[in-house]
Amino acid sequence: MLKQCEGSHAVAEAVALCRPEVICAYPISPQTHIVEGLGEMVKSGDLRDCEFINVESEFAAMSVAIGSSAAGARSYTATASQGLLFMVEAVYNASGLGLPIVMTVANRAIGAPINIWNDHSDSLSQRDCGWIQLFAETNQEALDLHIQAFKLAEELSLPVMVCMDGFILTHAYERVDIPTQEQVDAFLPPYEPRQVLDPAEPVSIGAMVGPEAFMEVRYLAHAKQMQALERIPQLAEEFHKVFGRTTGGLIHTYRADDAETMVIAMGSVLGTIKDTVDEMRAAGHKIGVLGITSFRPFPLTEVAAALKHCKRFLVLEKSLAVGIGGIVATNVRMAVTGMGLKGYTVVAGLGGRAITVKSLTTLFEKAGRDDLELLTFLDLDWKVVNRQLERERQTRRSGPAAESMLRDVGTVASKIA
Amino acid sequence: MFQVRIHGRGGQGVVTAAEMLSVAAFEEGRHAQAFPSFGSERMGAPVVAFCRIADKEIRLREPIMEPDAIIIQDPTLLHQVDVFAGLKKDGYILINTSKSFDQLGLGDFVRDWRHERLCTVPAMELALKHVGRPVPNVPLLGGFAAVSKVIRLESVVMAINDKFSGKVALGNVAGATEAYNFVRVKMEETRRQEAAHA
Repeated sequence: MLKQCEGSHAVAEAVALCRPEVICAYPISPQTHIVEGLGEMVKSGDLRDCEFINVESEFAAMSVAIGSSAAGARSYTATASQGLLFMVEAVYNASGLGLPIVMTVANRAIGAPINIWNDHSDSLSQRDCGWIQLFAETNQEALDLHIQAFKLAEELSLPVMVCMDGFILTHAYERVDIPTQEQVDAFLPPYEPRQVLDPAEPVSIGAMVGPEAFMEVRYLAHAKQMQALERIPQLAEEFHKVFGRTTGGLIHTYRADDAETMVIAMGSVLGTIKDTVDEMRAAGHKIGVLGITSFRPFPLTEVAAALKHCKRFLVLEKSLAVGIGGIVATNVRMAVTGMGLKGYTVVAGLGGRAITVKSLTTLFEKAGRDDLELLTFLDLDWKVVNRQLERERQTRRSGPAAESMLRDVGTVASKIA
Repeated sequence: MFQVRIHGRGGQGVVTAAEMLSVAAFEEGRHAQAFPSFGSERMGAPVVAFCRIADKEIRLREPIMEPDAIIIQDPTLLHQVDVFAGLKKDGYILINTSKSFDQLGLGDFVRDWRHERLCTVPAMELALKHVGRPVPNVPLLGGFAAVSKVIRLESVVMAINDKFSGKVALGNVAGATEAYNFVRVKMEETRRQEAAHA
């Protein structure tokens, strides 16, 4: 059924349609509306046979999810930013133990300085934690990916993060097609755990493993992610058969045929990029787009194939690997090893900085002329940066940097964007 | 694509207004995208929300920097925020006030603007009268339907019933309808005056 609603509401409906049995969460912006919505559905009885557990922290949220998943219950939680960091030890345990928890990450920057706005720093900080990470471009895709995520997670006994841009998607009202319970039931079978804590058939989960088998157990985690590489496109096809929509998969390309410049990105910024590319195509630029849906596992082969015919690529990412540059870009460069392509890394949109068609057009035109630094910070205010660097050269006790730079920027409440 | 920017203060239902505008457009079978400016949503702080309306899927995620229409929920913002920033020439302006553009000191600014696209409406009074709370957002949507004709009043009513129920919904429908009629009468007067001048 078509509905105009908030992204968080769409995701809450999708999760409810997946018949979760335990939902445990701790509120943190911009994820809160999702679990609030689910809490209301449990309380009203619209979501039956589900226990909603208020926990005292994110660490507890993931710990409860681990316990309930190990007990054989379909388990769901959601978090963002510092909340994800706070649960990290348990996040690694969930994947290490092979528990198919599904978690929404409403992507948000990590402090300090504290910032509630969107970028991808939170989930990308967990790139090696063993979870599958899928990135949604629209609210429709966020909704659909949750349904696919439960199936993928449970088939492989691996947890899945569905990543959606905080505020930009979670708080945006747009049109979504909400499937029926019958459709979701036809796609997603009941959870059949590979391992379960059952008093009738006791097992222990979470053995200490020494050097004799640790490598092998870890390799198994990698092998499962390689299985996911095969399974994710198949699930997208199966999803298409039941729901009639093409969502999910490992990657998507847009106007990539004959493209000399390929722009690579993840998440909702792909929409703005596509609009920019349409304008530039109309002006004669040979430019295309590669959207990465599955960041973990990283589809090396598919990315290489999508870039095979271009002359250069530009990775635009909402993340910064401090001290080297890009995170997504590093992965992409691995995929194109030996292909002789020019590659540019662009860090953009950190902490909610708007990414505009205007800035992207200038950026892509420069890339097309190979007139770009290897690492670019889009729309960085150099005046503010240089002033602070100068302050630090002049004075030993230059004071807290963020506070000084905010003073230089001046009041922001009166600005539009 | 038609782009609307709504300015107001935290607590005045700015974000809700943008969301309801998107629902109204959706009810007319159109694509719409509403989103807040995020962050400083404290009671009384300046808040901005955005709504795009189009006939095809909206992919753009940047803030609205060149709106076709501006709705101002609190006229005191005129002295604090550059509310008209980027407004397209001959765009629509709707302000919640019982004063005129001249009385607000905007006479010179809108001198050669298309006057049938400018309107003030005492939305706060209408909200107090019909809803009993100082939330001018819904009456302004009724007024916006009248001045812009981008959405119909019936769609605004559907959006109200989507968001509220019972007495609150009824009050908001009454407020939006009165604002709609108020603006229509005023627009008619403006047109007559313009015709007389011509």
